[in-house]
Amino acid sequence: MTFLQLNDLKIHFPTDDGLVRSVDGLSFQLERGKTLGIVGESGSGKSVTSLGILGLHKGGRAKISGEIWLDGEELVSASPEHVRSLRGKKMAMIFQDPLSAMHPYYTVGDQIIEAYRIHNNVSKKVAKKHAIDMLGRVGIPQPDRRVDSYPHEFSGGMRQRAMIAMALSCDPELLIADEPTTALDVTVQAQILDLMRDLQRDFNAALIIITHDLGVVAELSDDILVMYGGKCIEYGSADDIFERPEHPYTWGLLGSMPRLDREVTERLLPIKGSPPSLINVPSGCAFHPRCAFEPRTGGKGSTLVPDLVETEGGHLVRCHLSREERRDIWATEIKPKLES
Amino acid sequence: MSETILSVQGLEKHFPVTKGLFKSQVGAVKAVDGISFDVRKGETLGLVGESGCGKTTTGRLITRLIEPTGGKITFEGHDITHMKQGKLRPLRRDMQMIFQDPYSSLNPRHTVGAIVGAPFRIQGIETEQGTKKAVQDILELVGLNPEHYNRYPHEFSGGQRQRIGIARTLALKPKLIIADEPVSALDVSIQAQVVNLLEDLQNELDLTYVVIAHDLSVVRHISDRVAVMYLGKIVEVGERASLYSSPMHPYTNALLSAVPIPDPKQREGRERIRLTGDVPSPLNPPPACRFHTRCWKAQEICKTQEPPLAELAPGHAVACHFPENAPSTTETPATVA
Amino acid sequence: MVTYIIRRLIGALAMLFVVSAVTFSIFFVVPRLAGVTPDDMANRYVGRAATAANVQATAQKLGLYDPVVVQYGRWVKGVFVGSEYDYGAGVEHCPAPCLGYSFVTKQPVWPDLVDRLPVTLSLAAGASVIWLVIGVSVGVLSALKRRSIFDRGAMIIALAGVSLPPFFTGLVALSLLSYGLGITAPGGAYVPLSENPAQWAYSLILPWLTLAFLNAAAYARLTRAGMLDTMGEDYIRTARAKGLKESKVIGKHGLRAALTPIVTIFGLDVGILVGGAILTENAFSLQGLGKYATTAIAANDLPKIMGFTMLAAFFIVVANLIVDLLYAVVDPRVRLS
Repeated sequence: MTFLQLNDLKIHFPTDDGLVRSVDGLSFQLERGKTLGIVGESGSGKSVTSLGILGLHKGGRAKISGEIWLDGEELVSASPEHVRSLRGKKMAMIFQDPLSAMHPYYTVGDQIIEAYRIHNNVSKKVAKKHAIDMLGRVGIPQPDRRVDSYPHEFSGGMRQRAMIAMALSCDPELLIADEPTTALDVTVQAQILDLMRDLQRDFNAALIIITHDLGVVAELSDDILVMYGGKCIEYGSADDIFERPEHPYTWGLLGSMPRLDREVTERLLPIKGSPPSLINVPSGCAFHPRCAFEPRTGGKGSTLVPDLVETEGGHLVRCHLSREERRDIWATEIKPKLES
Repeated sequence: MSETILSVQGLEKHFPVTKGLFKSQVGAVKAVDGISFDVRKGETLGLVGESGCGKTTTGRLITRLIEPTGGKITFEGHDITHMKQGKLRPLRRDMQMIFQDPYSSLNPRHTVGAIVGAPFRIQGIETEQGTKKAVQDILELVGLNPEHYNRYPHEFSGGQRQRIGIARTLALKPKLIIADEPVSALDVSIQAQVVNLLEDLQNELDLTYVVIAHDLSVVRHISDRVAVMYLGKIVEVGERASLYSSPMHPYTNALLSAVPIPDPKQREGRERIRLTGDVPSPLNPPPACRFHTRCWKAQEICKTQEPPLAELAPGHAVACHFPENAPSTTETPATVA
Repeated sequence: MVTYIIRRLIGALAMLFVVSAVTFSIFFVVPRLAGVTPDDMANRYVGRAATAANVQATAQKLGLYDPVVVQYGRWVKGVFVGSEYDYGAGVEHCPAPCLGYSFVTKQPVWPDLVDRLPVTLSLAAGASVIWLVIGVSVGVLSALKRRSIFDRGAMIIALAGVSLPPFFTGLVALSLLSYGLGITAPGGAYVPLSENPAQWAYSLILPWLTLAFLNAAAYARLTRAGMLDTMGEDYIRTARAKGLKESKVIGKHGLRAALTPIVTIFGLDVGILVGGAILTENAFSLQGLGKYATTAIAANDLPKIMGFTMLAAFFIVVANLIVDLLYAVVDPRVRLS
């Protein structure tokens, strides 16, 4: 049985301005020891997905449907109390900004101790020893002293390490990292990415890394899921996404970022327009107003939602263009420009 | 070589640190500590570094948003280091700033027309067909719909707001634009739009840019020359191609090596330099070479003597006792001038 | 931490001096600017059989012809070592701390204030406990059950509580509960705590509730807003992600942060209240400091007004001091800087 499986997950928020379809029919699978990268821009629904898996999407007002299977248990229909008992133990999360994600009034140690004691019936003393162990494991020097420091006394990188120590304190099997390095400097980001790679190997957890940075995804992920307007628009192995991308949005992302490993291109190849508001997702293919190839779909783009179709060996694409058209465009129009 | 538009000599900004009952000064945060560089007309100079390196402070010093504690800033031949605000105002037309956050740098109660037109009013400039026409021309120039003249900032997306910010700086046809992290708050696909816009405007309007950013890939794409800062000092400066292809300072090497590459095939084979620890605090920075605490090449001399910024290749200077990729391959300390 | 405390203490003392100087100026300099001569002031101390010579002699003896600074110095000296008042009809000794001498009642001010203090303290102590408990609980519940009937109802009542002055609610409560139903003590009834605690509480319950209603309403609104803010913080999401029970998320993580500003305001409010709850004391004819002040004002008894003002200021400054120190205990971030 698959360790984590999402089937047609939908998370909708009724608001005064209309229904926000943050996540709109998302399915994927993830095994222990593997890393899935979820890539998307603001409002793509990537963060709400992760909160939904943990049952942390905002309480009563959100409407959630579909299935989340975690190690043989279905979580959408499970009692909130049961999901709570899994949070922190079976599944844990690392957040973007470790300064605001840690309570300013409690020491780093207290916060790790608390996380450990929720799920382990041990004395404070034992838990503190465990907290010191964990801080040492994530590379914090002098952990027996730093355990009594407050978050604001840590540097940004140290805080994120402490956050990781907290998330791993109960040995979770699923770890979700939401933009874990976005708030960090580049040299510190490299350290944290290394740390996450090493720890995942040690803990053999399933890791979901959510980010807007294709570089970070490429560093860590086995598989990659590209989200746009609450839906998966392309899914495949890291090689699929970076070597043989088939969705115009993925092409756009690749063309938008300057790369250090290539010659300097004359111009970047951006996507026109802005990411859609989730209240007013465009009809048909959500990407069609920004898509340079929409005219080639014969008007289907604005009227029909394309299906997510397997193109080859687990590589899924949601696009009206035919497989041949996509491969042709990639090979003749996109790839040469990216590599010029 | 074209003429120099901005020249910075030994620029310093020390923020005093006080302690104790009587707030006596016990030290200083040396945010910017004696940096020198020139910006040539029509070029883009990139200023990169991690948080606390002083790049943002440098931008604010150049535009005189804060007062330098030492050094000299020359803009178009005028010494503006301590120039009074009144005398500075006419020069401000020629030197504008773009800020990082397109959400907080636009007044939410003013229309786009008022925001972009404000420089005209402040500088008391009459335009031939009225301010409105002038503003609409600029909006069109930055890719916004001129009919949106009467809209408010919250009606625009993040990328459009940054365009408004850019339009505001362009109003008075400046010569030099200081852009502080102009794209870092934007979505990936929008970043590229704004980067392209900045490049187009540079060509059309003959602008000179100083781009301050932490993203090495963006800086490489947009800059002609790049200066790398660490703890208030410029450690390396050079032409883009030579700096990125053969970086001389170990810190530059480490920075470049730390940037994640969007290519899973390079995951394993890539040679990586990993720095340990964080950037030290600019309050009490390490003595002599400030990078020695994290440098794998550091020797005794690095702790006692500060390496000067020396030009080791044409147009490529580095402040290091043991530079890499230097033309002379002998690894002896660079001679101290 | 020690320097922090010492600096705050010095600040508090300086503040008291400033307050005394300002108050002194208001009562003794401003009238003079408005045309009141020293003779006019002395006249009020001499009594009915005032001759010009008498008045001048008294003004001379009281030092009213001296420069204001000298008079202020004398007043300050009186606070520390006591002073003698020679107003023509004899010499009155006013022992330290001498906050002035009332020529209307022929009494030093300080013992009077000390007499009245227990009443005001009793009122403040009971009322503050009631409003804190009720206000915070209602606020927390309102925030957690946002938009529920409870929330809406509580906020409407709170609005009424904030809007209605105590002399209105107090009198309504008195006429209904005391004079109508006879279940609470009538106005003016005060039994000291040392005499009979039960009677003490019984005599004060209505003033307590009246005063508490006003403040509980404000506290409920503040707590609700603070709680709503806090529960949206990232660290609350972290606490939930750990698997913490919701009751603990609210109690340990939410309330702790939301209550910090409440503690601050509570300290200041109690400080202000101890200086006299003027409206409430008047409504219930309680002989506390507030009532003392109104009587003094009605009689234009300057030394009493001055003494009362200084005592009230003293309490507020002390409350401020305690709050500052408490803040450092509650919020570790304050401790360091």
